[in-house]
Amino acid sequence: MSTDTTDRSTATAAPRKQRRTTEGTVLTVRDLNVTFPSEAGPVKAVRGLNFDLAAGETMAIVGESGSGKSVSSYAMMGLLPQNARITGSVKLHGDEILNLDDARMSRIRGRELAIIFQDPLSALTPVYSIGDQIVEAIRTHDKSVPKAKAMNRAVELLDLVGIPNPQVRVRSFPHEFSGGMRQRAMIAMAIANDPDVIIADEPTTALDVTIQAQVLEVLKTAQRETGAAMIMITHDLGVVAGIADRVTVMYAGRPVEQGSVDEIFYAPRMPYTIGLLGAVPRLDASEKQPLASLEGNPPSVVNLPPGCPFAPRCPMHQPDCLTAEPPLVPTDRPAHTAACIYSDTIATRELGYADIFPVPDLRPSSLEQAPRESRPTVLELQDLHRHYPLMKGAIFRRRVGTVYAVDGIDLEIRKGETLGLVGESGCGKSTTLLEVLQLKPPTEGNVVVLGKDVREIRSGAERRELRRDLQVVFQDPMASLDPRLPVFDIIAEPMTVQKMDKQAVEKRVRELMALVGLEPSHADRYPQHFSGGQRQRIGIARALALEPKLLVLDEPVSALDVSIQAGVINLLDELKTRLGLSYLFVAHDLSVVRHIADRVAVMYLGKLVEVGDVDRVFDHPTHPYTQALLSAIPLPDPEKERSRQRILLTGDLPSPANPPSGCKFRTRCPKFQTLSESQQQLCIDTPPDLFDLGVPDHRSACHYNAELQVI
Amino acid sequence: MGRYLVRRLINYIILLFVAISLAYLLAATALNPRALYEVRNPPLPPASIEASLRQYNLSDKVPILERYWIWLKGVLFHWNWGYSPTGIPVGPEVARRIGVSTRLLVLGTFIGIISGVAAGAWSAVRQYGVRDRVLTVISLILLSTPTFVSATILIILATDFNNSTGIPFFEFTGETGQQGTEPLAWLWDRLQHLLLPTLVLVMVNFPFFVRIQRNLMLDSLGADYVRTARAKGLRKERAVMKHALRTSLIPTGTYFAFSVATLFTGAAFTETIFSFNGLGQYGVTTISGNDVNGTVAVTAFSGVCVLVGAMLSDVMVAILDPRVRLS
Repeated sequence: MSTDTTDRSTATAAPRKQRRTTEGTVLTVRDLNVTFPSEAGPVKAVRGLNFDLAAGETMAIVGESGSGKSVSSYAMMGLLPQNARITGSVKLHGDEILNLDDARMSRIRGRELAIIFQDPLSALTPVYSIGDQIVEAIRTHDKSVPKAKAMNRAVELLDLVGIPNPQVRVRSFPHEFSGGMRQRAMIAMAIANDPDVIIADEPTTALDVTIQAQVLEVLKTAQRETGAAMIMITHDLGVVAGIADRVTVMYAGRPVEQGSVDEIFYAPRMPYTIGLLGAVPRLDASEKQPLASLEGNPPSVVNLPPGCPFAPRCPMHQPDCLTAEPPLVPTDRPAHTAACIYSDTIATRELGYADIFPVPDLRPSSLEQAPRESRPTVLELQDLHRHYPLMKGAIFRRRVGTVYAVDGIDLEIRKGETLGLVGESGCGKSTTLLEVLQLKPPTEGNVVVLGKDVREIRSGAERRELRRDLQVVFQDPMASLDPRLPVFDIIAEPMTVQKMDKQAVEKRVRELMALVGLEPSHADRYPQHFSGGQRQRIGIARALALEPKLLVLDEPVSALDVSIQAGVINLLDELKTRLGLSYLFVAHDLSVVRHIADRVAVMYLGKLVEVGDVDRVFDHPTHPYTQALLSAIPLPDPEKERSRQRILLTGDLPSPANPPSGCKFRTRCPKFQTLSESQQQLCIDTPPDLFDLGVPDHRSACHYNAELQVI
Repeated sequence: MGRYLVRRLINYIILLFVAISLAYLLAATALNPRALYEVRNPPLPPASIEASLRQYNLSDKVPILERYWIWLKGVLFHWNWGYSPTGIPVGPEVARRIGVSTRLLVLGTFIGIISGVAAGAWSAVRQYGVRDRVLTVISLILLSTPTFVSATILIILATDFNNSTGIPFFEFTGETGQQGTEPLAWLWDRLQHLLLPTLVLVMVNFPFFVRIQRNLMLDSLGADYVRTARAKGLRKERAVMKHALRTSLIPTGTYFAFSVATLFTGAAFTETIFSFNGLGQYGVTTISGNDVNGTVAVTAFSGVCVLVGAMLSDVMVAILDPRVRLS
């Protein structure tokens, strides 16, 4: 897709506007401060942000939630609510734009300064067509453009961002576009007036990895076409490595490290940056290394104590860290600043994350050392099918089709093993998981949990008995805990349901809280008093209450920040070893899966396309879909990112109600394109089985299996 | 969109037929017109009572389905909605009263709804400002005052005004009164009589729509797409008017349509207090007067109103919301 956008772009050589700044600094931010009033006191969301952005340059602002990265971009755009107090200076082409009135700021917004928001699903007005919304962006700034001409330009822009069939799609409404296409439309809107600076606020966070890769490519194209400078706001260090020239790391509202992307990734000088980089699970790490765990949580930005805000979480901190907040000062390297009084020590001793942060000692359990075949099977899915009827009509409901959510999968998990189930949203991973949890016969096939055939379960009591050994941890730690129950009751609930003795329950709750790293004396607090990572630990404690043998984890870390995520992953690793648990780990983040799983199953449209040992599959993927999925994941390594060739999938996942014949992946398969017509016929006619590849524990469902290195 | 509406229309017509038939069966079983004749003094001979009742198809001695059949044939083939127990044809009476009610209600209801929606949207943009708070308090007071209380207060105030100035400016009985001789005097007379009831109806509808629209507007003001519109370079007012208001009007469209539906029967108090012989008042009288056919006719008419309201709401939502238009 990247190639054809460049071809097409010649057609989009719209009259390039005269840029006021073609070289040197286009945007200057000095001492930007944003404060919101709140009942607890002033919230200092941004404290002293400084940077210069050169024309055509991409700067990434990296930080965790609450670090002030989005707030600073809204402050630059003048889009913060009126109660925000903004001080400092933001200069565009040397003119001050901070605190301009709405009328004057509106002339700048969208014309010189454009923004792309995080959630493409809600960022477009549902009642206007995509074309009308792009036309509005053009005509708001130049009324002299006739409507028809603006509409033509909208078509060109949609073509540029890779929307197929733009003449027709320009009349579509947002709800007819998928998430990825809406984000493309947002990008088209942002570049409609050839802006000097594009701010991209987590533009791919809400998207699947394959779509993320497409959208990042479109962003790069858009930037190349317009020559705009870009501010990329993200928490994903992989994305940063692939797109940024320079990086600003923010913590508790302050920039704590600034430098070129290579400097930040290869020579970080601030312990927070070092910890953040060490906390990211690596897709390219075949040797399993423990992740740096940053204990604790980012501080609240209300009433910050004096001193370095990271000090409470920093293992290096000394008493003098707490006296005053360290300024951002030059380090030993050129054009690299860090806010740490010990950055010189880090430089001279060449400290890495393993030297600074405690890393857990990961020893495989005795169980894991036993050969896999000799261990008992805890979960077995045999030719599992789950089909849902597609109904229509309000009074007379009739079946108009079938959703093939899960369409025949075989899996097994042995004791002490983690199986990672991965795939794009809509591929059927959640349905599979629900089928396991329901303990009821599926549409077709069978589920065997701990040797118990679910078709033979006769009573609810029997099912409840089995549920002791099968527990679940949900994705969203905010939504999966009842806000009106104290933590004690939440963790005790499974035991109460199973009618355990009251005193035993009390003892067990304290034990569990200590086990997952929570303070047992906090048992009478409510979920809202805990941070995201702590809540997920509560969820894990609840799941462990009945000493289950199999834990089903539904994206357990995807809602968490990187530094918090690492702690939870380490905890899961440790629990598995200590308690001899088995995990069914559903995730879309393949780096996390590589880190935690022993075996991996890749799912596409209700079918498994590749199964096997995790290192084997990740290092030698043979199915084109696995290859594309792996190649879509950005690596937190700028040099590798620069040299990497991406396999970009075209389009979105087909509807599971109307899957293609034969191999379900063939409509998006890059390999299918390269086959001769007679070879293609096989893919069209025959659904491939999971073929054995001649190596132990690696099977793949492609008629034309071939290994390809993609990481 | 045409097919969508035709399908909905057919659905509604079937529903309406079922509803009216059930209303007939219910009214014919529950109401007792014979009682009206039996309490006459001097008493009428039973045979003549029976004869009168049979004449108007009201006799409970005739099997109910047979009565229903006669009534249905009358309605379908002769547009004859039957007679009251005293022999007055129901159809023309209802038609006349629809006219009265329409003249009374349309103005007040529409002014109330439109000003309510506008004020609600206006106050949402100023959330927690002084003007927003004042409007909220006013609408809550109006919302919690029953019609008969507010109408009576208005009448008292109007009487005081008339007495103290000596000019009978405010009129509050009936549709018309004494007219002057100047040109357009009849119009002036009618407007004078309409003023107070219209005010009452505005007081009923206005606060309701203020509250609904304010909440809906607040939802869409905070929406991401309004922020997108501003990021494109639209000024705040324009982003709000073009992007927030339209999406927030979609649910209001439904409320609006259904308040049209209950317009006629819901105004019995206003009609009675201001002596407008309209449909709401008629509905109450027919039920208390054991008038089977009258009750059914009123029910049928309100059924048609609901149908029209529902259709209106479908059309409005379809116009405002492309997601409905296309599916």
